[in-house]
Amino acid sequence: MKKLINKPEDVVKEELEGIALAHPDLVKVHINPHYILRADAPVKGKVALVSGGGSGHEPLHGGYVGMGMLDAACPGEVFTSPTPDQIYEATKAVNGGAGVLHIVKNYSGDVMNFEMAAEMAQAEGIEVATVITNDDVAVEDSLYTQGRRGVGVTVFVEKIAGAAAEAGLPLAKVAEIAKRVNENGRSMGMALTSCTVPVAGKPTFDIGDDEMEIGIGIHGEPGRTRMKIKPADEIVDMLAEAIIEDLPFKSGDRVIAMVNGMGGTPLIELYIVYRRLAQICEAKGIKIERNLIGNYITSLEMAGTSITLLRVDDELLKYWDAPVKTAALRWGI
Amino acid sequence: MVTKDDVLKWLKHYADVIAEQKEYLTQLDAAIGDADHGINMDRGFTAVMAQLPSVEDKDIGTILKKVGMVLVSTVGGAGGPLYGTLFMRMGMAVGNKDALTPEDVLKMFEAALEGVKQRGKAELGDKTMVDALTPAVEAMRQALAEGADLATALDKAVAAAEEGMKATIPLVARKGRASYLGERSAGHQDPGATSTYLLFKSAAEVWNHADA
Repeated sequence: MKKLINKPEDVVKEELEGIALAHPDLVKVHINPHYILRADAPVKGKVALVSGGGSGHEPLHGGYVGMGMLDAACPGEVFTSPTPDQIYEATKAVNGGAGVLHIVKNYSGDVMNFEMAAEMAQAEGIEVATVITNDDVAVEDSLYTQGRRGVGVTVFVEKIAGAAAEAGLPLAKVAEIAKRVNENGRSMGMALTSCTVPVAGKPTFDIGDDEMEIGIGIHGEPGRTRMKIKPADEIVDMLAEAIIEDLPFKSGDRVIAMVNGMGGTPLIELYIVYRRLAQICEAKGIKIERNLIGNYITSLEMAGTSITLLRVDDELLKYWDAPVKTAALRWGI
Repeated sequence: MVTKDDVLKWLKHYADVIAEQKEYLTQLDAAIGDADHGINMDRGFTAVMAQLPSVEDKDIGTILKKVGMVLVSTVGGAGGPLYGTLFMRMGMAVGNKDALTPEDVLKMFEAALEGVKQRGKAELGDKTMVDALTPAVEAMRQALAEGADLATALDKAVAAAEEGMKATIPLVARKGRASYLGERSAGHQDPGATSTYLLFKSAAEVWNHADA
């Protein structure tokens, strides 16, 4: 294992210390239990958004804490869900009296830990609503699994619901918008290489130099198929087809498109992916209203990409365009 | 009767067993999950052992609830909420007692099963810890109903848990991260069912004298 770290067990804590030093204008960092709050939390009278999950997906979620997006993020150990006490403390700290929305990716550990935290907060009289994201079309047989995994759409949910909360909407309405984003978003990813969890010390899975995994999850969970590497256009065709057929996205639909890097893919390649995705959408009459290209929900140093399409209407687009000021996403200010 | 001292001995013994089986549990998890079950459980029970002295003079319910809270805040993943709920529900079921009759022990494990099923939304046959917990509780209930003493009922529970654990091998996972493997999860023993079997085995080993 070759990594720019000190000790594997200190990775999360030292990352948080770095964030605290880098962004004191945006966030406050609490160590033990670990959580990141927006600097002006709690914002009185505003619905607060709390998300979290295993570390290793940066900038998700800590990079999205700030005005117009999350009020708190709870990082667990790398690829391990945060614990209820952590989520509960963060929920209490950001509650501005208008209730708290928990945004949870559909992984059994995350779902259960957030559920326990919500019960604890509700016992204290804090109103909590939960939205679970599950946009990964790679999981086909969802009847017999935990269900689809929550991946790229989580970024869209955090941004759009964050703007809705900032606009002063009540908890029920913010939760409804968050659910609408999840229901209208679909994603699929692929990997060229594996990734190494620091405490594990060796790659999560083995993959040949000439192979790729189509439908990879953000923790390196297996996807639909393992196959020989192909040209970028053919890979994008496979991902886009699965995504577009699933919702399905139709001619005349307006979308926000994200081409996301898994952590080890250079931007030059992501633009090659976007080029093909834009061609496909154009050919199908799907209008890309906005796009996001870069590393937004990663899997440590894995090379690969994921594509997310979100069908939008004027309201969702308005909240997408609303000002946001976080470490990883910033516009309109 | 199972005294408070017996409960403390059980917890300490289980913590030792988890430490010994850490690698084994992690290996089982590596095959179908994310290779952290043994590491996470050991971290949790090491924390439990560190915090146990602060509640050792309290009643059994308080002790078990404390164990649950510590596990919830230290284990993480899916194991934290599941084992945390298991111990918290056991604590709630026994309340402020200082000694447990065989019927109390049965009620305690029944509450554990109910809590785990609720939390994990898993049913028998989903390839989870429920597959060891369900037959263990059922075997204990039946043995006690037939007039067996606690030691005998526990032995039957251990045998049933072991059978349930082994029965997870051919199953396709329907819950948790293993479920994403689909058919590829078959052929591997479930790590959660294994740590649950060890929980009953530890109880039988330290409570074998405690027949009432």
